[in-house]
Amino acid sequence: MTDVPMVNAEQVSKNFGSNEVLKGITLEVKRGEVLCLVGPSGSGKSTFLRCINHLERVDAGRLSVDGVLVGYEERDDKLYELKPNVAARQRRDIGMVFQRFNLFPHMTALENIIEAPMKVKGTAKAAAVARGKELLDRVGLAEKADAYPAHLSGGQQQRVAIARALAMDPKLMLFDEPTSALDPELVGDVLEVMKQLAASGMTMIVVTHEMGFAREVADSLVFMDGGVVVESGDPAEVLANPQHQRTKAFLSKVL
Amino acid sequence: MSAPQADRPAARATVPPVSAQPEPIKAIKLRHPWRIVFAVILILGLALFIYDASQRDAYGWDQFAKYIFDRRISQAALITLLMTIYSMVIAIVLGVILAVMRLSDNPVVKGVAWLYLWVFRGTPVYVQLVFWGLFTTIYATIDIGIPFTAPWTSIETKATIDVFWLAVIGLSLNEAAYMAEIVRAGILSVDPGQTEASKALGMGWSQSMRRIVIPQAMRIIIPPTGNEVISMLKTTSLVAAVPFSFDLYGRSRDISAVIFDPVPLLLVASAWYLLFTSILMVGQYFLEKRFSRGVGQAIEKRPNTETGALRTVGGPNDPTRPIDSKGSEHTK
Repeated sequence: MTDVPMVNAEQVSKNFGSNEVLKGITLEVKRGEVLCLVGPSGSGKSTFLRCINHLERVDAGRLSVDGVLVGYEERDDKLYELKPNVAARQRRDIGMVFQRFNLFPHMTALENIIEAPMKVKGTAKAAAVARGKELLDRVGLAEKADAYPAHLSGGQQQRVAIARALAMDPKLMLFDEPTSALDPELVGDVLEVMKQLAASGMTMIVVTHEMGFAREVADSLVFMDGGVVVESGDPAEVLANPQHQRTKAFLSKVL
Repeated sequence: MSAPQADRPAARATVPPVSAQPEPIKAIKLRHPWRIVFAVILILGLALFIYDASQRDAYGWDQFAKYIFDRRISQAALITLLMTIYSMVIAIVLGVILAVMRLSDNPVVKGVAWLYLWVFRGTPVYVQLVFWGLFTTIYATIDIGIPFTAPWTSIETKATIDVFWLAVIGLSLNEAAYMAEIVRAGILSVDPGQTEASKALGMGWSQSMRRIVIPQAMRIIIPPTGNEVISMLKTTSLVAAVPFSFDLYGRSRDISAVIFDPVPLLLVASAWYLLFTSILMVGQYFLEKRFSRGVGQAIEKRPNTETGALRTVGGPNDPTRPIDSKGSEHTK
């Protein structure tokens, strides 16, 4: 079981019309691994992340999570598109945190967290609330359970969003530039929560511009540009001694 | 904070020492003499009109008093109210269906919804009501069975469909076209990130619609819908086109024909309409409050010039404003 990588991408490609966004991404994320995806904007890193939980459809190549093909089903050597309810079932086990938080504004922090466990998994309310409070406490927002998102700071909203994703007990967490929309002084709190999560053994793929976080927390770092993986390896090594010209050029701007 | 600042002479120079409390400004207030003049003119004009109206025989205030609580009138008011409620309920249900159809990926479904809107918004409601009145003439019988074979049963429309319901159908089918646009605008106003977040949590389409999108769309949908209810209440006065005459306006017109005095009963009908629209406006205020949860206090309320109904303005995305342009098309 541990032999199966959590995410396995082989030659994953995606185009929007004639615009080729992903040109054959091949990478592997092992169980418990924290992988940071970095690269200039438009390099396809967010699109790749969105492919993993089938918010975007993969056009070519194979992408599987925990040994299960994403978005398609293979029967008799043929690929079948998944029915929406089966695709939804696949997404349950993959948590996603968005750049713009995307909290539900008409629900309190706690309601945001218990919504999916109750409505999707059918967890009893009492159990969902207990778990929701525990998660809020874990992200340091126990006293904000009854606050609406509009009354929370960006950093607090993002931490609620992380708790919301965790409430579904995902086996994989995807972070799409989780700190890019935050004021600089609020970034630290969110990164701290993510660090704790990584320490707890969660498998994480993080699209980020926070090189400090990548160096400190990530097990591997992948640099993408123009829809391809340019360079990958140990974060400290790649950051300190980039091999590729494009990596050097990018890192010289962000470091 | 102040210690490092004090070390830098430049900083000290640009921040002069603050003395005690600043002296309050004692200025002579700007006068607005014209404001008072206009106010006085308006009040005088209004007072004059009211005094004159109270004295004028044509208004027939004794008749007004006699008929305002007349049993026939209050019954007609009830019928008008029921007609409004039935028509709006059907229109909202149909409007939601049409809105979802218009947002569908299926081009035929989309096209049919568009065609419906084109026909029902493109013709006057009065004309539509006349058509519905002729429904039982155009379709004298409705045959149920396999087409081009002998029908299993045949329903005679004139005997089964009441004129009241023909009026309700006419009003609601017309209104559904407007409701569809309002609902569609509401759904489109919800940030796509919301659908994405709910998808990422494993919700299906209908779950995400019911729990996430529609509750947020409601904030955009309710204010114009309130206007539509008020508008519908008034539009019921057109059902004479069907012809149906047991509604508020129809009944007061019939009574006035008997007593040869049209004006007092117009006032009676107007008073009832005003009463209902006022109640609806209060109800709308509370509904809006309910559905603006989580939006903070950033909601500005201002009366709509057309109906005087309260309307929510200024949400970050309020696309109903350009779309809700029916005011001039409706026959009031």
